[in-house]
Amino acid sequence: MTTRRRFLASGLRGAGLLAAGALACDSSRPHAGFLGLMERVNERFQMALFDPARLAPELSAAEETDLMAFPRYRISRDFPLAPAGWTLAVKGLVARPLSLSLADLERLPRVRTRVRHHCVEGWTAVASWDGVRLSEIARIAGADPRARYVEFRSFDAGYWSSWDLASALHPQTILAYGMDGAPLPIEHGAPLRLYSAVKLGYKMVKYLTEVSFLPARSGGYWENQGYEWFAGV
Amino acid sequence: MARPVQPAVVRITHWANLVLFVLMAGSGLRILVAYPFLGPQGGEYAWYPWQGVPPPGVLTVGGWLAGARHWHFAFAWLFVANAVVYGTYLFVSGEWRRRLFFPRRDARNAWDTLLHDLRLRRGAAPAAGLYNGMQRLAYTGVLATAPLLVLTGLALYKPVQLPRLTALLGGYDAARVIHLAVLVALTLFTVLHVFQVLVHPRTLLDMTAGRRGRPEEEG
Repeated sequence: MTTRRRFLASGLRGAGLLAAGALACDSSRPHAGFLGLMERVNERFQMALFDPARLAPELSAAEETDLMAFPRYRISRDFPLAPAGWTLAVKGLVARPLSLSLADLERLPRVRTRVRHHCVEGWTAVASWDGVRLSEIARIAGADPRARYVEFRSFDAGYWSSWDLASALHPQTILAYGMDGAPLPIEHGAPLRLYSAVKLGYKMVKYLTEVSFLPARSGGYWENQGYEWFAGV
Repeated sequence: MARPVQPAVVRITHWANLVLFVLMAGSGLRILVAYPFLGPQGGEYAWYPWQGVPPPGVLTVGGWLAGARHWHFAFAWLFVANAVVYGTYLFVSGEWRRRLFFPRRDARNAWDTLLHDLRLRRGAAPAAGLYNGMQRLAYTGVLATAPLLVLTGLALYKPVQLPRLTALLGGYDAARVIHLAVLVALTLFTVLHVFQVLVHPRTLLDMTAGRRGRPEEEG
């Protein structure tokens, strides 16, 4: 009987621990408490799993999603139009801050990537994206080795995000000005958007205005509301 | 002194698994709400009859997509850790011998039990030790299926960093189908399981207080 009582007590204690764990979970503040602690564990897990040389499979043109079926998300009420004289500012911890026009970007080495797009919502889609590798931009701007993070800002109602440097320098992370063989449509972030094989869609900022190389991490539009910051795939 | 019908490790991991399974299923269903379709954009699978139908909110945990994802990826570790404790105990203790389904030993008994339970055969239930053949088949089926939940989950979490696993499962969208199919299968098992417990309430006592077994139940 004593062992049974002891078992019941340990069972109650276990249930209490689980209840306390669950109470330390606030769905509206997922960066805090137990959920936040586990987000940091998961970030370590994802960083350990990340291989900078591993490429996502490049797909064939036949696997492209119909352009009209590829979701077009934005923050502004209407699709935002680029301001007159738009350029991309490259700044922060760089030897040579840049201001690049679309023509400047198109003169840089051009790459095409056609990989599966993973949205945080659970859908996938495929398009081909033309642009220049972010690693190329980092090279010509002379990014400082102390820059461990890259922040991306847009003219879409101030939408923004920030990345770890390793994911930003991945060969399949590009600044895209073309989609499915045509100039990037306004609905998908014209004139320039971030595109990558190694992050969830909300990390790929559209309507780019600024790329900043930073020594410390910052947040992002969705990240600050509770979505995970690393969000690798 | 006779040992308990259900050893303490089995009882603790059983009830922890119940809590963790509910949290994982609920948060998973809240994630499904964000895109209640199967198949990629523009290529939704024609065979799936509930395209666009989100699971009811009362079944979900996490409140919103970001909350549910945090619950899911936090408790996934505890869900797996609990299963590892159970699995390790099962093998180290030798309990697997009387709990797992071995066709040569259990197939006949499973069939007879099924006929008896469906009232297709009169007379007493086939003799059984700890479990009858049908129970062994069902529990072993769960143990064989559940790892698929974890493997497909990993493929959905890291489809690019785990390319071989993702390809083996047929790609991201196929892994998502399997992930949900296993949830449905385990839920159906749970419904049947709860029904059987209601019909045989003594088993609930075994799994909670840990009643001592009589010699004939040791088998």
